[in-house]
Amino acid sequence: MTKEMICISCPLGCSLSVNYTSSDGVIKQSDITVAGNGCNRGVSYAKDEVTSPRRMITTTVPLQEGGTVPVKTSAAVPKDQIFSVLHKVRGITAARPVSIGQIIVGNVCEGVDIVATDNRE
Amino acid sequence: MNKNIDVLVIGGGPAGLAAAISAREHGVDNILILERESGLGGILKQCIHNGFGLHTFKEELTGPEYAARYIARVNSLNIPYRLDTTVLRIDTGKRVTAVNAQDGLFVINPKSIILACGCRERPRGAINIPGSRAVGIYSAGTAQKYVNMMGHMVGKRVVILGSGDIGLIMARRLTFEGAKVLAVVELMPYSSGLNRNIVQCLHDYDIPLYFSHTVTDIRGKERIEGVTVSRVDDKLCPIPNTEITMECDTLLLSVGLVPENELSKSADIRLSRLTGGAIVDENMMTNVSGIFACGNMLHVHDLVDFVSEESALAGVSASDYVLNEAVGSATEQYIDIQTAGGIRYTVPQRLSASVTAVSVTLKFRVDKIYRNARIEVTSGTEQLMLVKKRIMAPGEMEILKLDKAMLAKIERHKNLRVVIKD
Repeated sequence: MTKEMICISCPLGCSLSVNYTSSDGVIKQSDITVAGNGCNRGVSYAKDEVTSPRRMITTTVPLQEGGTVPVKTSAAVPKDQIFSVLHKVRGITAARPVSIGQIIVGNVCEGVDIVATDNRE
Repeated sequence: MNKNIDVLVIGGGPAGLAAAISAREHGVDNILILERESGLGGILKQCIHNGFGLHTFKEELTGPEYAARYIARVNSLNIPYRLDTTVLRIDTGKRVTAVNAQDGLFVINPKSIILACGCRERPRGAINIPGSRAVGIYSAGTAQKYVNMMGHMVGKRVVILGSGDIGLIMARRLTFEGAKVLAVVELMPYSSGLNRNIVQCLHDYDIPLYFSHTVTDIRGKERIEGVTVSRVDDKLCPIPNTEITMECDTLLLSVGLVPENELSKSADIRLSRLTGGAIVDENMMTNVSGIFACGNMLHVHDLVDFVSEESALAGVSASDYVLNEAVGSATEQYIDIQTAGGIRYTVPQRLSASVTAVSVTLKFRVDKIYRNARIEVTSGTEQLMLVKKRIMAPGEMEILKLDKAMLAKIERHKNLRVVIKD
């Protein structure tokens, strides 16, 4: 299989062509070949994106008294878990006071928490 | 309120905060920040996504986290600030009129002013999109404020005009909140946004990006019902018979930021047509002695880290002006920085004829994408610098550092020129 992607490691934004084989849904990093990269960072970026792409998620949680508090995942989570994590955050309300780093929802995915990113007095 | 102010900072966002902290750290006692919102932090409060602070803190923070670091420092330095306070005008002689509910209308005559008012978004009227004036058309930043600060959803089926970072970020944000983002439509053949955002805001969610297209009609009686999107030619004119209709209930406009300079006009500050902000020298001082400008009000930035650096410099300059009277005399001569070719603008636009700084950071933007081009800096017949850049794009502010040796040559030749050589 071939996947086209843009490398985000540096401003060049090389267009990568990534070839890989998948057996039983498993892709081995050693089976991946990358073309179009301007440097080695493109190869490791492509390999990660194909085998285990991860993303930080940022969103907001409503406050009981009105308004919102912004939150993020404490670490990157698998890309295919993004909407599952967002679903776990939906319906949650936080109460003042809130401080940066405070856990709003614990362990939404692989031990990753949802933490506040702003203070609310 | 203590009205005996040495440095008055207008704007409590990332620029104003960095400038005030810097002025205090350089020995100024009487500082006052005036901020029109009900909290410090400026636009960072609503930029809940991450990617801020890579240069400043070597960490990837969200907007509010970045702001919180500066707000904490302002508080630990006991720098006074007034919230919900709007500056109405600045008159000749640095006479500042402001208003808030507690103090009413008041006047301050500070020794110096640092302008850090940020920028505003270009509205629909400025780009003349034809069609009905239905409800459901927002600038991307307004939608961001509704969603992120107030917790209101702006619509269910969204088209976004403009692929700058704000448009890209909102494409993802609205997708997270359950909307269907039909497309991001971009007038130019390239995006001014970061590749990272193209990938993580559009590709990740299969949101199509149409290059060389624009919105040519808006339909809907009370609420917007749909838009027409057309391809444009190389003169950016819509091509007939290329129309695509998209049914949507929301249109976001991410079509440019404009430095906020309403206050500059009555203060006789000279503005640059190229940046929309003030013309400044290497100290971030405008043509009015003792008035400095920094941040998005001076020129629109891509990275808040550069705003903080630039604004810290304005703070140092204001403190030098107040404490040493070392900066800015009425008889000061200037060297205008000349540009040619693809350099759209530089900040600063001019250097003092006798530069006392040890180094000067020159920022500039190019007018289109350049690959493997060189930037040449000359003074008179002497070449000061020849830098090769693998890629330069309009959406990425570039930086050149002029060192002491270069500044000495510039002072001798009374000339500085920056050009792109393909």
